[in-house]
Amino acid sequence: MVKSAKRATTLLASLLLALLLAGCQRGMPPVAFHADGRPAKLGDWHVLEARDGKLELNAGVVPYSLNTHLFTDYVHKLRTIWMPKGVSAKYDPKNAFDFPVGTIISKTFYYPRAADGKFSDVARTLDYSGDFAGQGLRLASVHLVETRLLVRRKEGWTPFVYVWNPQQTEATLVRTGDVQALTLVDAQGQREDFNYVVPDEGQCVNCHEADMIGRTIQPIGPKARHMNRDYDYGSGRENQLEHLVAIGYLMDMPRLADVPKDANWRDPSASLDARARAYLDINCAMCHNPHGEASVTGFSLGPDVPEDHHLGICKSPEAAGPATGGRLFDIVPGKPDESILMNRIGSTRPGVMMPEIGRSTVDREGEALIRAWILSLKGNCDIVH
Amino acid sequence: MRKTLITVALATALAACSSQQAPAPQNQTDASFESKLQEQLLDAKPGTLIDIPAGTYHLKRGLSLRTDGVTIKGAGMDKTILSFKGQVVGPEGLLVNANDFTIENLTIEDTKGDALKINHGRNITIHGVRTQWTDGSKTSNGPYGIYPVKTQNVLIEDSAAIGASDSGIYVGQSNNVIVRNNHVERNVAGIEIENTVNADVYGNTATDNSGGILVFNMPDLLMEGSGTRVFKNQVIANNHDNFAANGSAVASVPAGSGVVVNSNPKVEIFDNDIADNKTANIIVSSFYSTNYASKTGVAAGYDPYPKGIFVYGNRLKGGGDSPSGLEFKTLKVALFGINGHFPDVLWDGYSDPKFTDKTLPPQDRICLQDVSGVVDADGPDGYKHPNTDMKPFQCTLDKLPAVTLNPEPKL
Repeated sequence: MVKSAKRATTLLASLLLALLLAGCQRGMPPVAFHADGRPAKLGDWHVLEARDGKLELNAGVVPYSLNTHLFTDYVHKLRTIWMPKGVSAKYDPKNAFDFPVGTIISKTFYYPRAADGKFSDVARTLDYSGDFAGQGLRLASVHLVETRLLVRRKEGWTPFVYVWNPQQTEATLVRTGDVQALTLVDAQGQREDFNYVVPDEGQCVNCHEADMIGRTIQPIGPKARHMNRDYDYGSGRENQLEHLVAIGYLMDMPRLADVPKDANWRDPSASLDARARAYLDINCAMCHNPHGEASVTGFSLGPDVPEDHHLGICKSPEAAGPATGGRLFDIVPGKPDESILMNRIGSTRPGVMMPEIGRSTVDREGEALIRAWILSLKGNCDIVH
Repeated sequence: MRKTLITVALATALAACSSQQAPAPQNQTDASFESKLQEQLLDAKPGTLIDIPAGTYHLKRGLSLRTDGVTIKGAGMDKTILSFKGQVVGPEGLLVNANDFTIENLTIEDTKGDALKINHGRNITIHGVRTQWTDGSKTSNGPYGIYPVKTQNVLIEDSAAIGASDSGIYVGQSNNVIVRNNHVERNVAGIEIENTVNADVYGNTATDNSGGILVFNMPDLLMEGSGTRVFKNQVIANNHDNFAANGSAVASVPAGSGVVVNSNPKVEIFDNDIADNKTANIIVSSFYSTNYASKTGVAAGYDPYPKGIFVYGNRLKGGGDSPSGLEFKTLKVALFGINGHFPDVLWDGYSDPKFTDKTLPPQDRICLQDVSGVVDADGPDGYKHPNTDMKPFQCTLDKLPAVTLNPEPKL
């Protein structure tokens, strides 16, 4: 009798402890990995939840960011990883880490609200500092658009897209895409109307297909070189990869000094070349690599591509058609206005713009970076007869 | 294999009211058709048949398919029309990355980018498909109509391609290909076979393009091509202005070109009717005369010289009377007078400097039979010393084997 009472007390105590450990996630049920099916609501996964004026992360859901941004119409992105207990991702120096079955990667696309407070007016800013409440988001200052999940199931990664309701209380599964009319407003009050395009499931694969023959899909951001940076976890800044190792999410990582690192494209202490190549890597190389969607172009933009025709230097396009803008080569050293690449990243017309999907506006700062980089390149594309 | 029959739940009656309309914003009928079709493509299993009934449907988003063994079937090229005039998200009309794919009996119109692109796949059958830009031949039209790339065992037949700003039918970096009985017009290039190994192009009609049928090898791609047979085609009056954007490969093709071989080895051209192409009925040329060859831009191993080209037994008529481009115009007048015309074959004159006429291996020669003559344009020396000597071209080459599709398409 006494023994069983004692056992009950112990049980209660450990339950309480577990709840306490879950921190501020008061009553949020544990993250639910759905091994099959298509849950209709984002809430069905219990990865993140909008409540009490915040978008909160559940226990064990770890936020992260990338060295250089993957541009989507100036939207801000809150990225997270969650893994079941007792399993870890395996480190890879080049490709996405090998995540175990059960992993859920989330990416919430949101905008800081514009100063006028109108819901469809969103801020054009690269400053993330006003967005956060702890590790989650302050709902009063942001406009949630969509949350995308990549779920590692037995058969491979499966994409899901959930679109937030105007009340910002719940996000619902959308398989066939959506278009939302929004207005970007910058700090000077300059306005730009645009269509924010939520991808359909097929388009998820356009960018996440790592290999056109195996047709396997992979995350883009969770690679060593993109994640090798510090993150403020509230308890102080820490290298993201070391943090993942410490909490058991990542194994087999070499010493940090031996882990590759892409530059932060906004870091003035990094070289122009490193910043531009980091930008091209994260924004283009998911397709422009020898196994990707754009392998047929023979134009690669990964970090290790030599600076010759493989990188598009003085290279004729394969299938650009009108997207050449009348220019002869992908990249002409020293001549951005003669480089097809600049015509592609400066356009918003489907069929001309690059990336082919994922944006309706021009990344002005990214464009300026690539322009400066092409200007700095030496050599010429003199024609041989 | 289990055949699942999925029928789009839209009656022809509904479709009738949406045809002939201007590119209005997408209505509810079109919107629900579009999401239904997207879901069918997403949920397709091997063996799925996606049947699209007659009607004109206005779509806003490019479609994609990544499942093997799927067939998409319309009610007919003139009956089932997928219009992308109001396309917001692109760039293609339909993008396929799958094996054992069949598409038939429908039209894809006015896409922002390529109309039908198949990127990596085996056993591809395209039958009775029309791709078209309906506002005429404009530079802003999508580049390719029917565009398999990095594919193997491909059949394109009884199809049509109209108005592409690059090539109507473009087969790139592929292997074992048959392109037959198609109609191509008002494109820059009617049919282009590029960096492809073993292709048979026959029974096609190419007319009113800038160039009728092209066989090209471009540098720096995943594979180089060889072995194309062009036969029993009608290549008539391809004199359309070249409306390609500068920088694309076909922008270098002079308007008024019938059959063009550029840098591609082992090409056999026979039993065609080739007539009234105003620059020349047949052009054989090198990447060097495209003006795109730069030292840093071309892979070291690339061979820019057309080798092993065999022309015989064609019915050639007219043409060569009004070439495009200042160099060719001047050349024609200099050699043949104001009212004269080029003979049937125009060669740009670039030959591999590793060889002389005497040391060139016999199988690498350009052999011309049953033609009215040839012009060696002397491109390497700025077109200064052209000549019309047929002697270097009097030879015979072994014939290329026919392409056999394996497995044969099931239609």
